[in-house]
Amino acid sequence: MIRGAPGRGSGASFRALRDNGKNLLTESVMSQSQAKGQFGDALFFNLTRTVAFITLALLAGIVLSLTWSALPSIQKFGFSFLTSSAWNPPADDFGALVPIYGTIVTSIIALLIALPISFGIALFLTEMAPAWLRRPLGIAIELLAGIPSIVYGIWGLLVFAPIFGQYVQPFIAKTLGKLPLIGTLFSGPSLGIGILAAGIILAIMIIPFIASVMRDVFELVPPMLKESCYGLGGTTWEVVSKVVLPYTRVGVIGGVMLGLGRALGETMAVTFVIGNASLIGSFSLFMPGNSITSALANEFAEATPGLYTAALVELGLILFVITFIVLSLSKLLLRSLEKQSGGSAH
Amino acid sequence: MMPVESALQNLVPEISIRNLNFYYGKALALKNINLEVYKGKVTAFIGPSGCGKSTLLRTINRMYDLYPGQHAEGELIVGGKNILEKGVDTIELRAKVGMVFQKPTPFPMSIYENIAFGVRMHERLSRNEMDDRIEWALTKAALWNEVKDKLNKPGTGLSGGQQQRLCIARGVAVKPQVLLLDEPTSALDPISTMRIEELIHELKREFTIAIVTHNMQQAARVSDFTAYMYLGELVEFGKTDEIFIKPQDKRTEDYITGRMG
Repeated sequence: MIRGAPGRGSGASFRALRDNGKNLLTESVMSQSQAKGQFGDALFFNLTRTVAFITLALLAGIVLSLTWSALPSIQKFGFSFLTSSAWNPPADDFGALVPIYGTIVTSIIALLIALPISFGIALFLTEMAPAWLRRPLGIAIELLAGIPSIVYGIWGLLVFAPIFGQYVQPFIAKTLGKLPLIGTLFSGPSLGIGILAAGIILAIMIIPFIASVMRDVFELVPPMLKESCYGLGGTTWEVVSKVVLPYTRVGVIGGVMLGLGRALGETMAVTFVIGNASLIGSFSLFMPGNSITSALANEFAEATPGLYTAALVELGLILFVITFIVLSLSKLLLRSLEKQSGGSAH
Repeated sequence: MMPVESALQNLVPEISIRNLNFYYGKALALKNINLEVYKGKVTAFIGPSGCGKSTLLRTINRMYDLYPGQHAEGELIVGGKNILEKGVDTIELRAKVGMVFQKPTPFPMSIYENIAFGVRMHERLSRNEMDDRIEWALTKAALWNEVKDKLNKPGTGLSGGQQQRLCIARGVAVKPQVLLLDEPTSALDPISTMRIEELIHELKREFTIAIVTHNMQQAARVSDFTAYMYLGELVEFGKTDEIFIKPQDKRTEDYITGRMG
């Protein structure tokens, strides 16, 4: 008796473990090949378990080696590394505030811009676009995700930034810049490159990710559920806001986190347009800044061994921690949403 | 074909369907349908799968509008207006013509919100009025006693039969004139099915009901009028007793005696 891949053989023990003996009939049918199936299952089980544990071990290894390499810097600066905006390699004085600020602010800008646009794209593609337009438009958006980040960087520096600096920034300064409170965010020289430009480039880069995840989860909503809402006299907006979004919230938040994770970790494109200035002059988003990743990309090759390298590695560790915090917050958010409106959607 | 004459006594048509043709793209799915759905009565649509009974139901609230390529021709008169015409406010129409589906479709929110949501789309009620409306709708759907202590629990946590009654309550709460039930018990166990059937008897005092069902016994039990459809045509329409006791058409007889379908 030759059967398919060993993994497909369903022996009694593993199956019983998983399904609590739901498949009694299948089991008796399979009893002839049970021995072989049992072996296959055990093999498959161990194989998948090993792979899963290797991932975990890798993660632990990365954290450990990052911490180890960053140890000199951690010992020297302690927590003041997080609050100091100094970055002076000759004097061996390092602080992470500027790159942390740049990373977080560019990612927030990216998310603020990308979220509504992605939502609109996904909504249009699933609920409103005529059938002939859905596929080509969907594919075009996915293709956007395939453009290498360095291309975005070059385009951002050579095409986007000059136009942005010459036409858009003066306009923003004249309008938003005149408002109280948020006005300071949009003041200063129109350089083109800077925190705001980096945020916008990041937004363009994460839109395809968020939009295609949103589209995919929106398509999972059972048509009957949507029809139920339309059937009560709901408008498209009511259907989307009250049925589609709550039903797909897990997937939507997952998509947003995917985009945010990418924005936090994006290196090349940001390095090109953020301006690479290791100081916080003002809170204006027009000012050049630095992000963790662009600091690493720019400086790692020329860093001297010792404290300089350790400080850079610590930056990497901090990015890792930021990503971890973001991920944990999203899980907490999901849990509280679940409690609030009850009922797991999936 | 015209309704049986004896059926016309003392009956007010709530919905009149005249020369209705329905197309999925170019495929003709309903062929020249003519019938009346009478006020305060239960009209059952029976027939083998694919005969167009669900399509007919979905025409009455223009649900087909959501899907490009589907369109209907002819007259479908609800409240004196041909609702197939362009410019008909489908939102208003659907508030008047509620629908319940094959499977329970509670919204991902609490039991209370499941019902309040639909009401809010059409009316502004105070908190007290809303509470009253929800109790009224849940009582109508014979669900109040089971859920009155857990109105803030998710609707998805109820049993299948309860969920379907929640969906009926949701439809009723908007105070429609007509309730369309599209095989409302096909996913339910016999006891839940029985409860829904009892419910239909209660509901017809206030609402006109059109029900699509695969189950001929169910049609016989719950309906006053029965329409037998086959391959997109209305083969026979009349009082349920007459259709089941002495069908006029050979095809109807074959179907209800189990020789076909």
